[in-house]
Amino acid sequence: MAIIVDRKSLGFWEKLYLPAVLGGLKVTMRHAWRSLFKGGQVTMEYPEQRWTLPDGYRGAPYLVRDQEGSTKCVSCQLCEFVCPPKAIKITPPGPNGLPADRKNAEKMPEEFEINMLRCIYCGLCQEVCPEEAIFLQKDYSLTGLSRGELIYNKEKLLALGGTVGGIQKWKHKLEEAKTQEQFPVNV
Amino acid sequence: MSNAATIATSPEKPAVESIKVKVDGHEIAVPRTMPDPITGKPVPTTMIQACEIARRDVPHYCYHPKLPVVGNCRMCLVEFGTPAMGPDRKPLLNADGSPKISKSPRPAIACATPVSPGMEIYTSTPGVKQMREGVLESLLINHPLDCPICDQAGECKLQEYSVDYGQSAGRFVEAKVHKPKAVDLGPRIMLDAERCILCTRCIRFTRDIAGDDALGIVNRGSFNTIATFPGMPFDNNYTLNTVDICPVGALTSKDFRFQMRVWFLKETKSVCSSCATGCNVVVGSREEKIYRLEPRQNDAVNATWMCDSGRLNYKWVGRQDRLKQVQIRNRPGTWTAAVHEIAASLKKAAQGSVAIVASARQTNEELWLLSKLKSRLGALSDSVPRQGEADRLLVSADGNPNSNGARLTRICYTEMGSHIGQIAQGIQSGRIKALLVFGEDVTLHGIGPDLLAKLDLLVVSDILPNATTALAHFLLPGCAHFEKRGSFTNGKGRVQKFMKAVEPPGEARAEWEFLHEIIEQLGGSNGFSSIEGLFNQMAADIEAFHGLKWADLGDSGKTVPI
Repeated sequence: MAIIVDRKSLGFWEKLYLPAVLGGLKVTMRHAWRSLFKGGQVTMEYPEQRWTLPDGYRGAPYLVRDQEGSTKCVSCQLCEFVCPPKAIKITPPGPNGLPADRKNAEKMPEEFEINMLRCIYCGLCQEVCPEEAIFLQKDYSLTGLSRGELIYNKEKLLALGGTVGGIQKWKHKLEEAKTQEQFPVNV
Repeated sequence: MSNAATIATSPEKPAVESIKVKVDGHEIAVPRTMPDPITGKPVPTTMIQACEIARRDVPHYCYHPKLPVVGNCRMCLVEFGTPAMGPDRKPLLNADGSPKISKSPRPAIACATPVSPGMEIYTSTPGVKQMREGVLESLLINHPLDCPICDQAGECKLQEYSVDYGQSAGRFVEAKVHKPKAVDLGPRIMLDAERCILCTRCIRFTRDIAGDDALGIVNRGSFNTIATFPGMPFDNNYTLNTVDICPVGALTSKDFRFQMRVWFLKETKSVCSSCATGCNVVVGSREEKIYRLEPRQNDAVNATWMCDSGRLNYKWVGRQDRLKQVQIRNRPGTWTAAVHEIAASLKKAAQGSVAIVASARQTNEELWLLSKLKSRLGALSDSVPRQGEADRLLVSADGNPNSNGARLTRICYTEMGSHIGQIAQGIQSGRIKALLVFGEDVTLHGIGPDLLAKLDLLVVSDILPNATTALAHFLLPGCAHFEKRGSFTNGKGRVQKFMKAVEPPGEARAEWEFLHEIIEQLGGSNGFSSIEGLFNQMAADIEAFHGLKWADLGDSGKTVPI
């Protein structure tokens, strides 16, 4: 429901604007004093100098591999669905696609593209991923000479993403199934 | 077995006695009996049917309105009570005069329990909720967490009911029983035995509807698995219906396997064009690409089924060699120029010097426009018959979706194709100088390239290149029926409309649009600019269609006399 907020009419001093101007000048002078005479540095020589990024910083999303070097993504396309700016485009493998790197996972994407010009680093892809295959990492300054260059494909995303281990549920499931192939079944 | 009841239009039945029951406190009247889905004989109405009439959802897996009831999933358990009777066999009354209800001490499955007069059904009591939670928990004991790789995810009843009625956490800590995955059950079906909840819908469908007792359950206890007989593939022409009715991702279509997640698919109501039956379908498409067809319920035509050959007959729509460019004497042209030049030459043509070969794959509207052109030019016209083999369920012997439309619009005669010989003779003798061909390769039907070379004007509209399109003076790229709106009249005279699912490629346009323009240039405006207006005008002109309106066709169509 819309709420209507009445605008307060300005008082005499507010109409003059002078107190606000002076307040602003005060802040400027405080910073000038600190940097000129107190030696406090408030700027940084980017890009030679870089920030130390805090944990949980949300940079560009990349695909990761598991501890055995296999693609973790199973092409479930939830990230493509949830992505607010529609930056992600996945080509599913189809019935005749390459078998997944990880045995028993049955599928992995044939192609996985993120348009980094569209990406808003919101992190929903990471949050929605049931396989922990995509993570927002600490890259924030992506540059390219063309728009096409900033559409990262699966190969590039995997190379940039590195390795993030995990519980390897497909592998465990396969091992569990193998133990059940002998008789008596050992469960 | 008999399939008459599921497929044929049910004739007017004698009135069935109706009884009153209460569902969650709301009193409703339900018929005492309903037709059995397989035999059509009256059988007592069940509680789940009463709940459906009362619009109360009762979750269920094994129950399917078109299949025999087995009652093995236990998901539809509800509580109920019946009026209490005194020793004198008279109903006991409460103090306020209402009948006293004696509540059943144990629940019953709604799908297999008949209703009785005065019965009260409770679908949302705490007890029912607990039972649903319990049933779901035991169904999920051995169900793998495959959702990210499962094609059913998004339209899976196990997912949906887990959200609606299940518990948030599982208590089962033991190892799950593992069963075979990716089992090749037949040429179009892949089975994942782990995901199966053994509802046996697929077994009942293929035994009782398709009439091919191909599937069964093998092994014992937790190792129960759906299987075919050893060495016998599951390959009848209706196998893909089992994928539709499978409530989980156990049976998946090889054609659709890992192609696209279902939540991306735009669903468009359409009609199958592979034979004269005209099964109602839903087209699943994304970004102008068709991914699958699924049957849509229409009890007057196809119940909830369709054949595999029709279902998989969509790939040509996205073929690379589709005709995309208007060609005027083998040079790229524009629609404006082509329509203008065709209309100018037709205007000059003498009466009787034009022939039209239409296609019974065209819509009623297009055929009607062609018949208007025919009567204006005194033209000879016909279309090409397509004979196939009928089966006992859905496939019709007539391979054209709109043969009756072609007959009703008087484009062809009762015996389709009988006048093609006359057209060929006319061209041979030089009497016919112009030929309009729509959607057919006439070189295969008695009008060879030598005859086509004699013509002064050959206008061809088609979708894919063939020997006739190669010789065309004017080549007009047309639309597949998934790319336009229109209506077909099926083999039983049912007029059914279909909607546009995807955009046509390149410059291709719906045939009714440019036919309309040509006719307008020949004889002035005819007062419509949309398919609705065109249909309504056709309905006023053609006797069989009198009284029909585009809007009144609805999703399931209307039957006309043929």
